[in-house]
Amino acid sequence: METPLTKYIKPNQAPLDLKEYEKTGGYEGVRKVLKGMLPDDIIGLVKTSNLLGRGGAGFQTGLKWSLVPKEKDVAGVRYLVANADEMEPGTFKDRYLLEGNPHQLIEGMIIASYAIQAEKAYIFMRWAYKKAEVIIKKAIEEAYSAGYLGKNILGSGYNLDLHLHTSAGRYICGEESALLNALEGKRGIPRAKPPFPATSGLFGQPTVVNNVETLSWIPHIIENGSDWFIKLSTSGEGGTKLYGVSGRVKKPGLWELPLGTTIREIIEDYAGGMQDGYQLKGIIPGGASTDFLIASQIDTKMDFASVRAAGSRLGTGTMMILDDKTCPVAFIHNLIKFFAKESCGFCTPCREGLPWVEKVLMKFEEGNATLKDIEILEFHTKYLGPGNTFCAHAPGAMEPLQSGLKYFKDDFLRHINEKHCPWR
Amino acid sequence: MLSEKEREEILEETKLYPYPKAACIDALKIVQHHRGWISDEAIADIASELDMSRDEVDGVASFYTRLYRKPVGRNVILICDSVSCMIMGYESIYDYISKKLGIKFGETTSDGRFTIIPNTCLGDCDHAPALMINNDHYNNLSIEKIDLMLEKYQ
Ligand SMILES: Cc1cc2nc3c(=O)[nH]c(=O)nc-3n(C[C@H](O)[C@H](O)[C@H](O)COP(=O)(O)O)c2cc1C
Ligand code: SF4
Ligand code: FES
Repeated sequence: METPLTKYIKPNQAPLDLKEYEKTGGYEGVRKVLKGMLPDDIIGLVKTSNLLGRGGAGFQTGLKWSLVPKEKDVAGVRYLVANADEMEPGTFKDRYLLEGNPHQLIEGMIIASYAIQAEKAYIFMRWAYKKAEVIIKKAIEEAYSAGYLGKNILGSGYNLDLHLHTSAGRYICGEESALLNALEGKRGIPRAKPPFPATSGLFGQPTVVNNVETLSWIPHIIENGSDWFIKLSTSGEGGTKLYGVSGRVKKPGLWELPLGTTIREIIEDYAGGMQDGYQLKGIIPGGASTDFLIASQIDTKMDFASVRAAGSRLGTGTMMILDDKTCPVAFIHNLIKFFAKESCGFCTPCREGLPWVEKVLMKFEEGNATLKDIEILEFHTKYLGPGNTFCAHAPGAMEPLQSGLKYFKDDFLRHINEKHCPWR
Repeated sequence: MLSEKEREEILEETKLYPYPKAACIDALKIVQHHRGWISDEAIADIASELDMSRDEVDGVASFYTRLYRKPVGRNVILICDSVSCMIMGYESIYDYISKKLGIKFGETTSDGRFTIIPNTCLGDCDHAPALMINNDHYNNLSIEKIDLMLEKYQ
Protein backbone atom coordinates (compact mmCIF):
# COMPACT_ATOMS: atom_id res chain seq x y z
CA MET A 1 0.00 0.00 0.00
CA GLU A 2 1.40 3.40 -0.98
CA THR A 3 1.57 6.20 1.56
CA PRO A 4 3.07 9.09 -0.40
CA LEU A 5 2.23 11.84 2.10
CA THR A 6 3.60 10.18 5.22
CA LYS A 7 6.24 7.78 3.87
CA TYR A 8 9.10 9.85 5.25
CA ILE A 9 7.47 10.88 8.51
CA LYS A 10 8.94 9.14 11.53
CA PRO A 11 7.03 9.83 14.74
CA ASN A 12 9.14 11.61 17.38
CA GLN A 13 12.01 12.22 14.98
CA ALA A 14 13.07 15.43 13.31
CA PRO A 15 11.57 15.86 9.83
CA LEU A 16 13.68 15.57 6.68
CA ASP A 17 15.81 18.66 6.21
CA LEU A 18 16.24 20.13 2.75
CA LYS A 19 19.15 17.90 1.70
CA GLU A 20 17.42 14.75 2.91
CA TYR A 21 14.18 15.80 1.29
CA GLU A 22 16.00 16.34 -2.01
CA LYS A 23 17.48 12.84 -1.78
CA THR A 24 13.97 11.38 -1.76
CA GLY A 25 13.25 13.18 -5.02
CA GLY A 26 12.12 16.34 -3.30
CA TYR A 27 11.93 19.60 -5.26
CA GLU A 28 12.10 17.65 -8.55
CA GLY A 29 8.50 18.77 -9.04
CA VAL A 30 9.52 22.41 -8.82
CA ARG A 31 12.32 21.80 -11.35
CA LYS A 32 9.98 19.99 -13.67
CA VAL A 33 7.28 22.65 -13.75
CA LEU A 34 9.65 25.63 -13.94
CA LYS A 35 11.65 24.04 -16.77
CA GLY A 36 8.90 22.61 -18.87
CA MET A 37 5.27 23.14 -17.84
CA LEU A 38 2.92 26.00 -18.51
CA PRO A 39 0.73 27.12 -15.61
CA ASP A 40 -2.34 25.92 -17.49
CA ASP A 41 -0.78 22.48 -17.98
CA ILE A 42 -0.39 22.15 -14.23
CA ILE A 43 -3.96 23.23 -13.60
CA GLY A 44 -5.12 20.75 -16.24
CA LEU A 45 -3.16 17.92 -14.63
CA VAL A 46 -4.50 18.69 -11.16
CA LYS A 47 -8.01 18.84 -12.62
CA THR A 48 -7.77 15.43 -14.27
CA SER A 49 -6.36 13.98 -11.05
CA ASN A 50 -9.66 15.03 -9.37
CA LEU A 51 -7.82 16.11 -6.21
CA LEU A 52 -10.67 17.07 -3.87
CA GLY A 53 -9.87 19.65 -1.17
CA ARG A 54 -8.89 18.09 2.14
CA GLY A 55 -9.99 21.11 4.23
CA GLY A 56 -13.49 19.74 4.66
CA ALA A 57 -15.63 20.82 1.75
CA GLY A 58 -14.06 18.58 -0.91
CA PHE A 59 -14.02 21.22 -3.64
CA GLN A 60 -12.02 20.17 -6.69
CA THR A 61 -8.59 21.80 -6.46
CA GLY A 62 -7.88 22.13 -10.19
CA LEU A 63 -11.24 23.78 -10.70
CA LYS A 64 -10.57 26.23 -7.86
CA TRP A 65 -7.24 27.20 -9.43
CA SER A 66 -8.82 27.64 -12.85
CA LEU A 67 -11.18 30.30 -11.43
CA VAL A 68 -8.27 32.68 -10.81
CA PRO A 69 -8.40 35.31 -13.55
CA LYS A 70 -5.43 35.51 -15.90
CA GLU A 71 -2.90 38.31 -15.56
CA LYS A 72 -4.02 39.95 -18.78
CA ASP A 73 -7.51 40.34 -17.27
CA VAL A 74 -6.67 41.36 -13.69
CA ALA A 75 -3.47 43.22 -12.90
CA GLY A 76 -1.48 43.10 -9.69
CA VAL A 77 -0.33 40.57 -7.15
CA ARG A 78 -2.07 37.22 -6.72
CA TYR A 79 -1.75 35.14 -3.58
CA LEU A 80 -1.69 31.55 -2.43
CA VAL A 81 -2.54 30.75 1.19
CA ALA A 82 -2.07 27.43 2.95
CA ASN A 83 -4.79 26.95 5.53
CA ALA A 84 -3.06 25.43 8.56
CA ASP A 85 -5.52 26.75 11.13
CA GLU A 86 -6.82 23.31 12.11
CA MET A 87 -8.98 24.12 15.12
CA GLU A 88 -11.87 21.75 14.40
CA PRO A 89 -12.28 19.64 17.56
CA GLY A 90 -11.12 16.10 16.93
CA THR A 91 -8.74 17.08 14.14
CA PHE A 92 -4.97 16.63 14.23
CA LYS A 93 -4.01 15.65 10.68
CA ASP A 94 -2.42 18.84 9.32
CA ARG A 95 -0.27 19.02 12.42
CA TYR A 96 1.23 15.67 11.45
CA LEU A 97 2.19 16.97 8.00
CA LEU A 98 3.44 20.34 9.25
CA GLU A 99 5.69 18.79 11.87
CA GLY A 100 6.58 15.74 9.80
CA ASN A 101 7.34 16.93 6.28
CA PRO A 102 7.51 20.73 5.94
CA HIS A 103 9.32 20.70 2.59
CA GLN A 104 6.57 18.63 1.00
CA LEU A 105 4.11 21.43 1.86
CA ILE A 106 6.51 24.16 0.72
CA GLU A 107 7.17 22.39 -2.58
CA GLY A 108 3.42 21.97 -3.10
CA MET A 109 2.95 25.67 -2.41
CA ILE A 110 5.65 26.70 -4.89
CA ILE A 111 4.05 24.63 -7.64
CA ALA A 112 0.54 25.81 -6.79
CA SER A 113 1.74 29.42 -6.71
CA TYR A 114 3.37 29.05 -10.11
CA ALA A 115 0.18 27.49 -11.50
CA ILE A 116 -1.90 30.51 -10.49
CA GLN A 117 1.05 32.87 -11.07
CA ALA A 118 1.10 34.05 -7.46
CA GLU A 119 4.11 36.02 -6.35
CA LYS A 120 3.34 35.88 -2.64
CA ALA A 121 2.27 32.97 -0.47
CA TYR A 122 1.43 32.67 3.20
CA ILE A 123 1.04 29.77 5.58
CA PHE A 124 -1.71 30.68 8.06
CA MET A 125 -1.10 28.48 11.08
CA ARG A 126 -2.82 28.19 14.43
CA TRP A 127 -0.87 29.53 17.40
CA ALA A 128 -0.94 26.25 19.35
CA TYR A 129 1.32 24.41 16.91
CA LYS A 130 4.53 25.67 18.49
CA LYS A 131 6.71 22.82 17.31
CA ALA A 132 5.43 23.17 13.76
CA GLU A 133 6.19 26.90 13.91
CA VAL A 134 9.88 26.24 14.52
CA ILE A 135 10.02 23.49 11.90
CA ILE A 136 8.25 25.48 9.19
CA LYS A 137 10.34 28.60 9.81
CA LYS A 138 13.55 26.61 9.42
CA ALA A 139 12.30 24.88 6.28
CA ILE A 140 11.33 28.20 4.68
CA GLU A 141 14.82 29.55 5.38
CA GLU A 142 16.40 26.46 3.85
CA ALA A 143 14.22 26.78 0.75
CA TYR A 144 15.26 30.43 0.37
CA SER A 145 18.96 29.60 0.68
CA ALA A 146 18.67 26.83 -1.88
CA GLY A 147 17.01 29.18 -4.34
CA TYR A 148 13.58 27.51 -4.36
CA LEU A 149 12.06 30.70 -2.98
CA GLY A 150 12.84 34.35 -3.69
CA LYS A 151 13.77 36.02 -6.94
CA ASN A 152 14.33 34.19 -10.23
CA ILE A 153 13.75 30.69 -8.84
CA LEU A 154 16.19 28.19 -10.45
CA GLY A 155 16.92 30.73 -13.16
CA SER A 156 13.35 30.57 -14.47
CA GLY A 157 12.51 34.23 -14.00
CA TYR A 158 9.69 33.25 -11.62
CA ASN A 159 9.62 35.04 -8.22
CA LEU A 160 7.87 33.87 -5.08
CA ASP A 161 7.97 34.98 -1.46
CA LEU A 162 6.61 32.68 1.24
CA HIS A 163 5.86 33.75 4.82
CA LEU A 164 4.51 32.08 7.91
CA HIS A 165 1.75 33.84 9.85
CA THR A 166 0.77 32.36 13.19
CA SER A 167 -2.74 33.14 14.29
CA ALA A 168 -3.87 34.50 17.64
CA GLY A 169 -6.67 31.98 18.16
CA ARG A 170 -10.36 31.70 17.06
CA TYR A 171 -11.81 28.74 15.20
CA ILE A 172 -13.60 30.94 12.66
CA CYS A 173 -10.23 32.01 11.22
CA GLY A 174 -10.14 28.61 9.48
CA GLU A 175 -13.07 29.70 7.32
CA GLU A 176 -11.27 30.96 4.26
CA SER A 177 -12.72 34.47 4.01
CA ALA A 178 -12.34 35.05 7.78
CA LEU A 179 -8.79 33.79 7.41
CA LEU A 180 -8.11 36.45 4.79
CA ASN A 181 -9.38 39.17 7.14
CA ALA A 182 -7.19 37.79 9.92
CA LEU A 183 -4.21 37.74 7.59
CA GLU A 184 -4.90 41.39 6.78
CA GLY A 185 -4.60 42.11 10.50
CA LYS A 186 -8.33 42.57 11.10
CA ARG A 187 -10.95 40.82 13.20
CA GLY A 188 -11.43 37.35 11.74
CA ILE A 189 -14.98 37.76 10.46
CA PRO A 190 -16.18 36.01 7.29
CA ARG A 191 -16.77 38.03 4.14
CA ALA A 192 -19.79 38.07 1.85
CA LYS A 193 -19.49 35.66 -1.06
CA PRO A 194 -19.48 36.31 -3.96
CA PRO A 195 -16.99 37.66 -4.74
CA PHE A 196 -15.02 34.51 -4.04
CA PRO A 197 -11.35 34.70 -3.07
CA ALA A 198 -10.31 33.53 -6.54
CA THR A 199 -11.34 36.93 -7.90
CA SER A 200 -11.16 39.11 -4.79
CA GLY A 201 -9.24 37.64 -1.89
CA LEU A 202 -6.29 38.80 0.17
CA PHE A 203 -5.93 42.60 0.00
CA GLY A 204 -8.62 42.47 -2.68
CA GLN A 205 -6.45 40.49 -5.09
CA PRO A 206 -7.02 37.05 -6.67
CA THR A 207 -6.27 34.42 -4.03
CA VAL A 208 -6.40 30.67 -3.62
CA VAL A 209 -6.80 29.15 -0.17
CA ASN A 210 -6.01 25.46 0.12
CA ASN A 211 -5.65 23.08 3.02
CA VAL A 212 -2.22 21.76 4.07
CA GLU A 213 -3.06 18.17 3.12
CA THR A 214 -4.35 19.29 -0.30
CA LEU A 215 -1.16 21.23 -1.07
CA SER A 216 1.09 18.44 0.17
CA TRP A 217 -0.28 16.30 -2.67
CA ILE A 218 0.85 18.57 -5.48
CA PRO A 219 4.50 17.42 -5.79
CA HIS A 220 3.35 13.79 -5.94
CA ILE A 221 0.77 14.46 -8.64
CA ILE A 222 3.36 16.34 -10.72
CA GLU A 223 5.78 13.46 -10.35
CA ASN A 224 3.44 10.50 -10.85
CA GLY A 225 0.50 11.82 -12.86
CA SER A 226 -3.23 11.78 -12.50
CA ASP A 227 -3.92 8.09 -13.28
CA TRP A 228 -1.58 7.02 -10.52
CA PHE A 229 -3.33 9.41 -8.12
CA ILE A 230 -6.81 8.20 -8.94
CA LYS A 231 -5.79 4.57 -8.56
CA LEU A 232 -4.55 5.19 -5.03
CA SER A 233 -8.14 5.46 -3.83
CA THR A 234 -10.56 2.56 -3.62
CA SER A 235 -13.43 4.66 -4.93
CA GLY A 236 -12.10 6.66 -7.85
CA GLU A 237 -12.15 9.95 -5.96
CA GLY A 238 -8.36 9.89 -5.96
CA GLY A 239 -5.52 9.68 -3.49
CA THR A 240 -5.05 8.49 0.01
CA LYS A 241 -6.42 10.26 3.07
CA LEU A 242 -5.11 10.93 6.53
CA TYR A 243 -7.66 9.30 8.81
CA GLY A 244 -7.66 9.77 12.56
CA VAL A 245 -9.56 8.19 15.42
CA SER A 246 -9.97 9.55 18.94
CA GLY A 247 -12.12 8.43 21.84
CA ARG A 248 -12.42 5.07 23.63
CA VAL A 249 -10.60 2.89 21.10
CA LYS A 250 -7.59 0.76 22.00
CA LYS A 251 -5.10 2.64 19.85
CA PRO A 252 -6.20 6.17 18.97
CA GLY A 253 -4.07 7.61 16.18
CA LEU A 254 -3.60 8.71 12.60
CA TRP A 255 -3.05 6.65 9.46
CA GLU A 256 -2.66 7.32 5.75
CA LEU A 257 -4.97 4.93 3.89
CA PRO A 258 -6.60 4.77 0.46
CA LEU A 259 -9.47 7.25 0.17
CA GLY A 260 -12.54 5.05 0.52
CA THR A 261 -11.29 2.77 3.29
CA THR A 262 -14.29 1.73 5.40
CA ILE A 263 -14.94 3.01 8.90
CA ARG A 264 -14.84 -0.59 10.11
CA GLU A 265 -11.31 -1.14 8.80
CA ILE A 266 -10.10 2.11 10.29
CA ILE A 267 -11.60 1.45 13.71
CA GLU A 268 -11.01 -2.30 13.94
CA ASP A 269 -7.78 -2.88 12.00
CA TYR A 270 -5.94 0.33 12.74
CA ALA A 271 -7.39 1.77 15.95
CA GLY A 272 -7.48 -1.70 17.50
CA GLY A 273 -11.24 -1.75 18.07
CA MET A 274 -13.12 -0.42 21.08
CA GLN A 275 -11.54 -0.54 24.54
CA ASP A 276 -12.72 -3.45 26.65
CA GLY A 277 -16.03 -2.68 28.29
CA TYR A 278 -16.98 0.02 25.78
CA GLN A 279 -19.33 -0.29 22.82
CA LEU A 280 -19.47 1.81 19.70
CA LYS A 281 -22.57 3.98 19.74
CA GLY A 282 -21.89 6.76 17.25
CA ILE A 283 -19.24 8.20 14.96
CA ILE A 284 -18.57 11.82 14.10
CA PRO A 285 -16.69 11.13 10.86
CA GLY A 286 -14.86 14.34 10.09
CA GLY A 287 -14.61 16.87 12.90
CA ALA A 288 -17.14 18.60 15.14
CA SER A 289 -19.23 20.03 12.30
CA THR A 290 -20.25 16.72 10.72
CA ASP A 291 -23.41 14.65 11.33
CA PHE A 292 -23.32 11.53 13.49
CA LEU A 293 -23.23 8.13 11.86
CA ILE A 294 -24.27 5.16 14.00
CA ALA A 295 -22.76 1.75 14.68
CA SER A 296 -24.83 0.03 11.97
CA GLN A 297 -23.22 2.32 9.35
CA ILE A 298 -19.73 1.09 10.16
CA ASP A 299 -19.25 -0.37 6.67
CA THR A 300 -19.54 3.07 5.08
CA LYS A 301 -16.54 3.97 2.95
CA MET A 302 -14.75 7.06 4.17
CA ASP A 303 -14.85 9.02 0.92
CA PHE A 304 -16.75 12.17 0.02
CA ALA A 305 -19.61 10.55 -1.89
CA SER A 306 -20.15 7.57 0.42
CA VAL A 307 -20.21 9.56 3.66
CA ARG A 308 -22.56 12.05 2.02
CA ALA A 309 -24.85 9.20 0.94
CA ALA A 310 -24.82 7.94 4.53
CA GLY A 311 -26.09 11.33 5.69
CA SER A 312 -22.95 13.06 6.89
CA ARG A 313 -19.75 14.58 5.51
CA LEU A 314 -16.21 13.28 5.22
CA GLY A 315 -15.05 16.66 6.56
CA THR A 316 -11.50 16.40 7.83
CA GLY A 317 -11.55 12.58 7.96
CA THR A 318 -10.53 12.53 11.61
CA MET A 319 -13.32 10.77 13.46
CA MET A 320 -14.47 10.96 17.04
CA ILE A 321 -16.06 7.96 18.68
CA LEU A 322 -19.11 8.13 20.92
CA ASP A 323 -19.11 5.11 23.21
CA ASP A 324 -21.98 3.70 25.26
CA LYS A 325 -20.53 4.97 28.56
CA THR A 326 -20.55 8.59 27.37
CA CYS A 327 -23.82 10.52 27.46
CA PRO A 328 -24.76 11.56 23.90
CA VAL A 329 -26.39 14.72 25.25
CA ALA A 330 -23.20 15.67 27.10
CA PHE A 331 -21.21 14.92 23.93
CA ILE A 332 -23.42 17.20 21.83
CA HIS A 333 -23.55 19.82 24.58
CA ASN A 334 -19.77 19.96 24.57
CA LEU A 335 -19.72 20.49 20.79
CA ILE A 336 -22.37 23.21 20.94
CA LYS A 337 -20.57 24.99 23.77
CA PHE A 338 -17.55 25.10 21.50
CA PHE A 339 -19.51 26.50 18.56
CA ALA A 340 -21.29 29.07 20.75
CA LYS A 341 -17.99 30.28 22.17
CA GLU A 342 -16.36 30.41 18.74
CA SER A 343 -19.19 32.25 16.95
CA CYS A 344 -17.61 35.38 15.50
CA GLY A 345 -20.70 37.35 16.53
CA PHE A 346 -21.28 39.02 13.18
CA CYS A 347 -24.75 37.68 12.39
CA THR A 348 -27.61 37.49 14.87
CA PRO A 349 -28.99 33.96 14.36
CA CYS A 350 -25.62 32.40 15.14
CA ARG A 351 -24.58 34.86 17.87
CA GLU A 352 -27.88 34.55 19.74
CA GLY A 353 -29.05 31.12 18.62
CA LEU A 354 -26.04 29.03 19.56
CA PRO A 355 -25.93 30.22 23.21
CA TRP A 356 -29.68 29.53 23.40
CA VAL A 357 -29.18 25.98 22.15
CA GLU A 358 -26.35 25.63 24.64
CA LYS A 359 -28.61 26.69 27.54
CA VAL A 360 -31.33 24.27 26.47
CA LEU A 361 -28.85 21.41 26.36
CA MET A 362 -27.70 22.42 29.84
CA LYS A 363 -31.30 21.97 31.01
CA PHE A 364 -31.20 18.38 29.74
CA GLU A 365 -27.97 17.71 31.58
CA GLU A 366 -29.38 19.19 34.77
CA GLY A 367 -32.61 17.21 34.48
CA ASN A 368 -34.83 20.26 34.00
CA ALA A 369 -35.75 19.81 30.34
CA THR A 370 -39.28 19.27 29.05
CA LEU A 371 -40.69 18.01 25.73
CA LYS A 372 -40.96 21.64 24.65
CA ASP A 373 -37.16 21.82 24.78
CA ILE A 374 -36.86 19.11 22.15
CA GLU A 375 -39.02 21.29 19.92
CA ILE A 376 -36.80 24.28 20.61
CA LEU A 377 -33.73 22.28 19.61
CA GLU A 378 -35.43 21.02 16.46
CA PHE A 379 -36.49 24.54 15.58
CA HIS A 380 -32.90 25.71 15.78
CA THR A 381 -31.56 22.93 13.59
CA LYS A 382 -33.74 24.45 10.84
CA TYR A 383 -33.27 28.14 11.53
CA LEU A 384 -29.53 27.96 12.05
CA GLY A 385 -29.21 25.64 9.05
CA PRO A 386 -27.74 26.38 5.62
CA GLY A 387 -28.86 29.66 4.08
CA ASN A 388 -29.94 31.38 7.28
CA THR A 389 -26.60 32.57 8.58
CA PHE A 390 -23.76 34.57 7.07
CA CYS A 391 -21.31 31.67 6.97
CA ALA A 392 -21.17 27.89 7.42
CA HIS A 393 -20.26 28.05 11.14
CA ALA A 394 -23.79 27.79 12.58
CA PRO A 395 -25.00 25.21 10.02
CA GLY A 396 -21.91 23.16 10.88
CA ALA A 397 -22.84 23.34 14.56
CA MET A 398 -26.32 22.07 13.74
CA GLU A 399 -25.08 18.93 11.99
CA PRO A 400 -24.21 16.87 15.08
CA LEU A 401 -27.28 18.27 16.87
CA GLN A 402 -29.81 17.35 14.18
CA SER A 403 -28.42 13.86 13.68
CA GLY A 404 -28.02 13.42 17.44
CA LEU A 405 -31.70 14.26 17.89
CA LYS A 406 -32.55 11.74 15.21
CA TYR A 407 -30.42 8.84 16.39
CA PHE A 408 -30.37 9.41 20.15
CA LYS A 409 -33.90 10.74 20.68
CA ASP A 410 -34.53 8.09 23.34
CA ASP A 411 -31.55 9.30 25.30
CA PHE A 412 -32.84 12.88 25.18
CA LEU A 413 -36.24 11.62 26.37
CA ARG A 414 -34.70 9.68 29.24
CA HIS A 415 -33.14 12.91 30.52
CA ILE A 416 -36.65 14.41 30.56
CA ASN A 417 -38.45 11.41 32.07
CA GLU A 418 -35.86 10.47 34.68
CA LYS A 419 -35.17 14.14 35.53
CA HIS A 420 -31.42 13.60 35.56
CA CYS A 421 -28.65 12.40 33.28
CA PRO A 422 -28.84 8.57 33.21
CA TRP A 423 -25.06 8.45 32.75
CA ARG A 424 -24.25 10.22 35.99
CA MET B 1 6.23 53.58 24.85
CA LEU B 2 7.33 50.69 22.71
CA SER B 3 10.80 49.45 23.51
CA GLU B 4 13.47 49.59 20.83
CA LYS B 5 13.27 45.81 20.49
CA GLU B 6 9.50 45.77 20.18
CA ARG B 7 9.61 48.46 17.53
CA GLU B 8 12.27 46.61 15.57
CA GLU B 9 10.35 43.34 15.64
CA ILE B 10 7.14 45.06 14.58
CA LEU B 11 8.97 46.77 11.71
CA GLU B 12 10.22 43.37 10.50
CA GLU B 13 6.63 42.08 10.39
CA THR B 14 5.27 45.12 8.56
CA LYS B 15 7.65 44.31 5.71
CA LEU B 16 5.74 41.10 5.02
CA TYR B 17 2.51 42.91 4.09
CA PRO B 18 1.52 45.62 1.60
CA TYR B 19 0.79 48.15 4.38
CA PRO B 20 1.80 48.42 8.09
CA LYS B 21 -1.73 48.07 9.52
CA ALA B 22 -1.85 44.47 8.28
CA ALA B 23 0.78 43.59 10.88
CA CYS B 24 -1.57 44.58 13.72
CA ILE B 25 -2.02 41.05 15.08
CA ASP B 26 1.71 40.40 14.86
CA ALA B 27 2.39 43.66 16.69
CA LEU B 28 -0.03 42.70 19.47
CA LYS B 29 1.64 39.32 19.78
CA ILE B 30 5.08 40.89 19.94
CA VAL B 31 4.06 43.26 22.71
CA GLN B 32 2.37 40.45 24.62
CA HIS B 33 5.49 38.35 24.24
CA HIS B 34 7.56 41.04 25.96
CA ARG B 35 5.08 42.24 28.58
CA GLY B 36 2.90 39.21 29.26
CA TRP B 37 -0.34 40.99 28.37
CA ILE B 38 -1.70 43.94 26.43
CA SER B 39 -2.52 47.03 28.48
CA ASP B 40 -4.46 50.09 27.31
CA GLU B 41 -1.11 51.83 27.05
CA ALA B 42 0.18 49.09 24.77
CA ILE B 43 -2.90 49.47 22.56
CA ALA B 44 -2.17 53.19 22.24
CA ASP B 45 1.50 52.53 21.45
CA ILE B 46 0.66 50.06 18.70
CA ALA B 47 -2.02 52.35 17.32
CA SER B 48 0.44 55.20 16.85
CA GLU B 49 3.13 52.88 15.48
CA LEU B 50 0.82 51.42 12.81
CA ASP B 51 -1.12 54.61 12.16
CA MET B 52 -4.42 53.20 13.40
CA SER B 53 -6.99 54.43 15.91
CA ARG B 54 -6.93 52.93 19.41
CA ASP B 55 -10.41 51.53 18.95
CA GLU B 56 -9.36 49.79 15.79
CA VAL B 57 -6.44 48.10 17.54
CA ASP B 58 -8.58 47.20 20.57
CA GLY B 59 -11.24 45.78 18.25
CA VAL B 60 -8.64 43.41 16.88
CA ALA B 61 -7.08 42.62 20.27
CA SER B 62 -10.40 41.80 21.90
CA PHE B 63 -11.39 39.41 19.10
CA TYR B 64 -8.61 36.89 19.51
CA THR B 65 -8.54 34.47 22.42
CA ARG B 66 -4.77 34.26 22.73
CA LEU B 67 -4.34 37.98 23.14
CA TYR B 68 -4.69 38.87 26.80
CA ARG B 69 -6.22 42.24 27.66
CA LYS B 70 -5.84 41.49 31.38
CA PRO B 71 -2.69 40.44 33.24
CA VAL B 72 -2.10 36.71 33.42
CA GLY B 73 0.23 34.63 35.57
CA ARG B 74 3.86 33.96 34.68
CA ASN B 75 2.71 30.59 33.39
CA VAL B 76 -0.55 30.02 31.55
CA ILE B 77 -2.16 26.59 31.68
CA LEU B 78 -4.55 25.95 28.79
CA ILE B 79 -6.71 22.92 29.45
CA CYS B 80 -8.44 21.36 26.46
CA ASP B 81 -12.16 21.10 27.20
CA SER B 82 -13.22 19.78 23.77
CA VAL B 83 -15.03 16.56 23.23
CA SER B 84 -12.30 13.91 22.94
CA CYS B 85 -10.67 15.27 26.07
CA MET B 86 -14.06 15.30 27.78
CA ILE B 87 -14.56 11.61 26.95
CA MET B 88 -11.08 10.84 28.22
CA GLY B 89 -11.64 12.77 31.44
CA TYR B 90 -10.26 16.31 31.31
CA GLU B 91 -12.66 17.25 34.11
CA SER B 92 -10.78 15.23 36.71
CA ILE B 93 -7.50 16.75 35.53
CA TYR B 94 -8.96 20.23 35.84
CA ASP B 95 -10.42 19.47 39.28
CA TYR B 96 -7.06 18.28 40.52
CA ILE B 97 -5.11 21.27 39.19
CA SER B 98 -7.79 23.68 40.35
CA LYS B 99 -7.74 22.27 43.88
CA LYS B 100 -3.98 22.11 44.03
CA LEU B 101 -3.51 25.72 42.92
CA GLY B 102 -6.65 27.03 44.59
CA ILE B 103 -7.92 28.77 41.45
CA LYS B 104 -10.71 28.23 38.92
CA PHE B 105 -10.81 28.75 35.16
CA GLY B 106 -9.95 32.35 34.37
CA GLU B 107 -8.18 32.98 37.68
CA THR B 108 -4.55 33.61 38.63
CA THR B 109 -2.79 32.36 41.76
CA SER B 110 -2.07 35.10 44.30
CA ASP B 111 1.68 34.69 43.78
CA GLY B 112 1.18 35.30 40.04
CA ARG B 113 2.66 31.92 39.16
CA PHE B 114 -0.24 30.33 37.25
CA THR B 115 -3.39 31.22 35.33
CA ILE B 116 -5.73 28.46 34.14
CA ILE B 117 -7.82 28.98 31.02
CA PRO B 118 -10.11 26.51 29.23
CA ASN B 119 -9.13 26.02 25.61
CA THR B 120 -10.59 24.38 22.54
CA CYS B 121 -9.06 21.26 21.00
CA LEU B 122 -5.25 21.39 20.96
CA GLY B 123 -4.80 18.86 18.17
CA ASP B 124 -3.71 16.17 20.62
CA CYS B 125 -7.02 14.27 20.52
CA ASP B 126 -5.40 10.88 19.92
CA HIS B 127 -3.50 11.39 23.18
CA ALA B 128 -6.33 12.94 25.19
CA PRO B 129 -6.63 14.44 27.73
CA ALA B 130 -4.25 17.24 26.80
CA LEU B 131 -3.15 20.66 27.97
CA MET B 132 -0.53 23.28 27.24
CA ILE B 133 1.63 25.22 29.66
CA ASN B 134 3.08 28.26 27.92
CA ASN B 135 4.52 26.80 24.69
CA ASP B 136 4.65 23.15 25.80
CA HIS B 137 2.11 20.44 25.01
CA TYR B 138 1.33 17.69 27.54
CA ASN B 139 -0.91 14.77 26.69
CA ASN B 140 -2.02 11.31 27.82
CA LEU B 141 -2.45 13.10 31.14
CA SER B 142 -3.16 11.37 34.38
CA ILE B 143 -3.42 12.89 37.84
CA GLU B 144 -0.18 11.22 38.94
CA LYS B 145 1.82 13.17 36.34
CA ILE B 146 0.60 16.60 37.27
CA ASP B 147 2.69 17.51 40.34
CA LEU B 148 5.96 16.87 38.55
CA MET B 149 4.77 18.68 35.44
CA LEU B 150 3.83 21.83 37.37
CA GLU B 151 7.17 21.85 39.23
CA LYS B 152 8.92 22.87 36.02
CA TYR B 153 7.08 26.17 35.93
CA GLN B 154 8.01 28.63 38.65
C1 LIG C 1 -16.07 27.50 10.44
C2 LIG C 1 -15.11 26.92 9.44
C3 LIG C 1 -13.82 26.56 9.83
C4 LIG C 1 -12.90 26.04 8.92
N1 LIG C 1 -11.65 25.67 9.36
C5 LIG C 1 -10.76 25.17 8.46
C6 LIG C 1 -9.44 24.81 8.87
O1 LIG C 1 -9.07 24.93 10.04
N2 LIG C 1 -8.58 24.32 7.94
C7 LIG C 1 -8.96 24.18 6.62
O2 LIG C 1 -8.14 23.75 5.80
N3 LIG C 1 -10.20 24.50 6.20
C8 LIG C 1 -11.10 25.01 7.09
N4 LIG C 1 -12.34 25.37 6.65
C9 LIG C 1 -12.64 25.26 5.21
C10 LIG C 1 -12.09 26.48 4.45
O3 LIG C 1 -13.08 27.50 4.45
C11 LIG C 1 -11.74 26.17 3.01
O4 LIG C 1 -12.84 25.55 2.41
C12 LIG C 1 -10.54 25.27 2.85
O5 LIG C 1 -9.42 25.78 3.51
C13 LIG C 1 -10.23 25.11 1.39
O6 LIG C 1 -9.17 24.20 1.20
P1 LIG C 1 -9.31 22.92 0.26
O7 LIG C 1 -10.01 23.36 -0.99
O8 LIG C 1 -7.92 22.51 0.02
O9 LIG C 1 -10.11 21.92 1.02
C14 LIG C 1 -13.29 25.88 7.57
C15 LIG C 1 -14.58 26.24 7.17
C16 LIG C 1 -15.48 26.75 8.09
C17 LIG C 1 -16.85 27.13 7.62
S1 SF4 D 1 -22.64 32.17 11.16
FE1 SF4 D 1 -21.64 32.65 13.12
S2 SF4 D 1 -19.47 32.56 12.66
FE2 SF4 D 1 -20.53 32.75 10.68
S3 SF4 D 1 -20.65 34.97 10.28
FE3 SF4 D 1 -22.52 34.43 11.41
S4 SF4 D 1 -21.94 34.85 13.58
FE4 SF4 D 1 -20.03 34.70 12.43
S1 FES E 1 -10.19 17.30 21.97
FE1 FES E 1 -8.61 17.80 23.38
S2 FES E 1 -6.87 17.88 22.09
FE2 FES E 1 -8.47 17.56 20.65
